[in-house]
Amino acid sequence: MNDTSSSVNSYRAAVCQGRSVLLIIAAVTLCMVGVAHAPLPDAGLRTALVLVAAGVNAILVAGRLMHVLQERHVIFVLLAFTVLFFVALMGLCLWAHGDTPKP
Amino acid sequence: MEIAYTVHARPDTGVYNAKLGMWLFLASEVMLFGGLFSAYVFLRVGAPPDTWPQGWLNVPLGTLNTLLLAASAVTTFLAWAACKARRLDQFKLHTGLTLLLGCIFLGIKGYEYHDKWTHYELRLKDGRIAEGHLVGPKSTAEAVVLKGRWVEDRRQLLDGRRSRGTWQELTIPRADIDRMQNYAPRHNTFLAIYYTMTGLHGLHVLGGVVVFAYLWGPGSRLWHVDPEHFTNRVEVAGLFWHFVDLVWIFLFPVLYLS
Repeated sequence: MNDTSSSVNSYRAAVCQGRSVLLIIAAVTLCMVGVAHAPLPDAGLRTALVLVAAGVNAILVAGRLMHVLQERHVIFVLLAFTVLFFVALMGLCLWAHGDTPKP
Repeated sequence: MEIAYTVHARPDTGVYNAKLGMWLFLASEVMLFGGLFSAYVFLRVGAPPDTWPQGWLNVPLGTLNTLLLAASAVTTFLAWAACKARRLDQFKLHTGLTLLLGCIFLGIKGYEYHDKWTHYELRLKDGRIAEGHLVGPKSTAEAVVLKGRWVEDRRQLLDGRRSRGTWQELTIPRADIDRMQNYAPRHNTFLAIYYTMTGLHGLHVLGGVVVFAYLWGPGSRLWHVDPEHFTNRVEVAGLFWHFVDLVWIFLFPVLYLS
């Protein structure tokens, strides 16, 4: 196979991949909206399910479109530090929220 | 002077400089939006019971915007794939679609802002409360005309889902009005954080549109000189656009659905 046909094939594969990603994101988004309006007994459960659906969409965008999974070691290190700081930021907020002054 | 490692990867990092720079920038952006999301969590869980608005935002429009931005992320990806396959015509097509989708997203966001900006809460001197959209052409120096409803208690204003379908035209003399305020950021905490987060995100979308417009137009001259360098620029711009999509993926459920 020469370079031209190889690049044409890889472009076709990208089109198929992009189409699949868009369809899955659309389906997950519609499910998310459905869950948000469903008469679930617990509001916390509803919020959790909605955020899980958002997480699925985020993984698709990051993993498939941003190629995070195929990135170099240095990018992973950078992302690991980002996640660490982000988790610390959120954890600090939650910890501080529970640390209310006693009457 | 030639800038080093714009095309080929640096031996020590394994990636070209612009890509590493973009990932570093995105890491700082995660902390920026992370700070705002944590502020939202604080405000939301710290709000006294029955004081946080529900259903104030237009879910169908928010859903449409989510799908538009997801579609634009895919067209960005395809624009980069087209560059890799050395197909400038397909790059132009997909980048043009990205621009169009980004502009429609901003247009819908602008419509939503306008809808909120023209939504008023009126407190009358006799204690009655009215809410609704200002009918500008019918309002005069003597009276305000709202397409809205009367409410018994301010707490009724908080659930936007229950009020729909019951709105009528209300003509209220200005002399009877004690306080009149639109749904601007100063109206309440929810709107303040809503405008802050979506406004900052909208600025990012606008920035992305400007960059892609440049790459689609005058910036594409680089393609004829150094296609590999141009492809790298498209990839880096695409990383930013995907990040903008990722932020919206979480903004939508947090603001519109929770």
